[in-house]
Amino acid sequence: MVETGHFALVLAFALSLVQMLLPLVGARSGNRRLMAVGGPVAVTGFALTALSFAALAGAYAGSDFSVANVWENSHSLQPMIYKITGTWGNHEGSMLLWVLILTFFGALVAVFGSNLPETLKANVLAVQGTIGAAFFLFILTTSNPFIRLNPAPIEGRDLNPVLQDLGLAIHPPLLYLGYVGFSICFSFSVAALIEGRIDASWARWVRPWTLVAWMFLTGGIAMGSYWAYYELGWGGFWFWDPVENASFMPWLAGTALLHSAIVMEKRSALKIWTLLLAILTFSLSLLGTFLVRSGVLTSVHAFATDPARGVFILCILTLFIGGSLALFALRASRLTAGGLFHPISREGALVLNNLFLTTATATVLVGTLYPLVLEATTGGKISVGAPFFDLTFGPLMLPLLAIVPFGPLLAWKRGDILAASQRLMAAFALAIAAMLVAGLFIDGGSVFAALGVGLAVWLVAGALTDLAVKSGVGSVTPAVMLRRFAGLPRSVFGTALAHLGLGLTLLGIVGTLSFGTEKILTMRAGETVDLSGHTLRFEGLFPRKGPNFTEDRGRFLLISNGNADGEITSAKRFYPARQTVTTESGIRTLGLSQLYLSLGDEGKDGSVVVRLWWKPLVTLIWGGGLVMMGGAAMSLLDRRLRVGAPARRRKPAAAAASASPT
Amino acid sequence: MKARFSLAPLLLLLALVFAGTAQAVKPDEVLADPALEARARALSEGLRCMVCQNQSIDESDADLARDLRILVRQRLVAGDTDQQVMDYIVSRYGEFVLLKPRFSLRNALLWGTPVLLLLAGGIFIVMSTRSRRPAPDGTLSADEQAALDKILRD
Repeated sequence: MVETGHFALVLAFALSLVQMLLPLVGARSGNRRLMAVGGPVAVTGFALTALSFAALAGAYAGSDFSVANVWENSHSLQPMIYKITGTWGNHEGSMLLWVLILTFFGALVAVFGSNLPETLKANVLAVQGTIGAAFFLFILTTSNPFIRLNPAPIEGRDLNPVLQDLGLAIHPPLLYLGYVGFSICFSFSVAALIEGRIDASWARWVRPWTLVAWMFLTGGIAMGSYWAYYELGWGGFWFWDPVENASFMPWLAGTALLHSAIVMEKRSALKIWTLLLAILTFSLSLLGTFLVRSGVLTSVHAFATDPARGVFILCILTLFIGGSLALFALRASRLTAGGLFHPISREGALVLNNLFLTTATATVLVGTLYPLVLEATTGGKISVGAPFFDLTFGPLMLPLLAIVPFGPLLAWKRGDILAASQRLMAAFALAIAAMLVAGLFIDGGSVFAALGVGLAVWLVAGALTDLAVKSGVGSVTPAVMLRRFAGLPRSVFGTALAHLGLGLTLLGIVGTLSFGTEKILTMRAGETVDLSGHTLRFEGLFPRKGPNFTEDRGRFLLISNGNADGEITSAKRFYPARQTVTTESGIRTLGLSQLYLSLGDEGKDGSVVVRLWWKPLVTLIWGGGLVMMGGAAMSLLDRRLRVGAPARRRKPAAAAASASPT
Repeated sequence: MKARFSLAPLLLLLALVFAGTAQAVKPDEVLADPALEARARALSEGLRCMVCQNQSIDESDADLARDLRILVRQRLVAGDTDQQVMDYIVSRYGEFVLLKPRFSLRNALLWGTPVLLLLAGGIFIVMSTRSRRPAPDGTLSADEQAALDKILRD
């Protein structure tokens, strides 16, 4: 089975070469038969990659330690779920997941792209095939997961205990669906440059793909943040770590792309910029892959001593980013600039959004790469950490968040800022009120807290105002209003939900950072501690044996109003296979807030160090992310965006109105 | 195993952070004076744990981070200002220890990029809207405006 998987991978590489060349030649020479090759090849390539991936997953599920990769990252006593997720909990397997998702998206274009112009579809598939070919070659030459060991070891070395968590089942697949999803936008952009023109179908295709990729990336980042939060044992949710930044940069650029694609689709303006953004977004995904995969982050020297992988990805990076940008420089002037608009208009607001988001992306990029470049060029070592990003990224977000509610309320082409402001009066008043309450009346209030809470309320109220205005609140009867509300396009709900989610996330961040409390103390069994109105009694440490670990579990009784209110447990785990200790934090969700505690060192007298936190509104950080995902999903349901959806099941007039590009 | 990290994105972070798994600030380190302790915590958040990947000494469990935390507190108790504490630590460990790089010529590009890019982008946008001013639009009748609004809303 393992050899079948290996063989399928080689075949998939061969097919990706076919997919790269034949449709491209066909599109150049107008040969329809050659162009038609792309579709079936893309689908078959996906099937083969899936077979290859299944073979590896099968080896993991069956603990086949004759496969080096399985031996290094699995253990026969691991629960089945971690055996399977271990498939992508390592470099080789995660790269296989990467190409699996890449070919999956390619196959989707092949299957659902029947309404695309022939040459465009052929070129898109060719570009997608080129990316695939590069990464298949990378896997086969430097990161082959199918290498056998002879003789086969009896037992595996266990998956890194930190990764033995449900988070590994969800986080990487979501993140990769996002990362790699942007490859479609990239392929469409490069295809448009090869053709030298962008037509209506281009914009109508790229926007839903951007939405899909953005939705998954949002989920992936939120999930990763929550995972780090409960796994690390000290309750941080964002670290400005280069690995995090690697996923955050495509998200920021993708968010900009999402907004500029709206302008392009609705008003056929910003064409060239949108195309460039699509290229940049996927380039940042590739850069992220390079940063994480090459080992360059651990140290520049580690990269230099074992350079095979790093240099290979660097070549891929140079080829795709350099190639696409060169093509852009050559061809962009051929593309026609689109519609005109007044600075104060929906387009104008979206341009401002793009300005701030791209600057923010560049800030994160420079902050991430500067220490590496400095060390490589001058040998000087500096650190760029959270305080840098707080000072640069933070101020860039303030004006951006402040203008968010205006955008959807401004008309296309020429907007009325006064009218929009009047409609936002209620939201503004609410925000000011929230600001005053947070700054003056709540314990721990500060300027930062007031500003943050005010902005968050402004975003949430602004999003609701948008829905209210568009359903005609105040100007029509309630019955008409309800009918209008129900009849609003799904994309209007999508926008409102996404902006509302952003506000919730901000509220969670500010709530936790400003109003959270912390205690560090030594406790003995039977002692109690108070924190922000909650009382915890330490019941003691209890040893327990898990499938592939042993642990000391600390049990804490939560006491509310003098009554026992359930238990919170935190444990220190020991995994013998890797001789590793991990801390399992204890979390109890109360409303939107959480009590978070983790165990520290044991004293000789039976005491133990306990750190506990009260984290108000903390769940909103990730809840907001879910709401943003919901917004994207809602937008995708909009008929206008359902590429290839025939206009049936709708009144002819409405269908015509929604089908014609404005 | 050799120090080769082959993990999914983000997880590298988790693995490295877990080099040791005790706690960061320990109860015996905490200063009696809450104001001084608060200053110590704030300073600690800006100092890098030299042996960790990307953690402040406030978050790290490493012994070196603990030594540095205690050093910060000793200097504070001795009456140093925040700036004096930071200068002292940089003089001993180098600029690498600062999580917020200094505003120096060497870091000009780092600090300058956000400002420059925002300015350049803003100027570019203003210039391009100036040069392509939209034609003065004819006024629409109330009916036309209503019809237009309806179409745009759909």
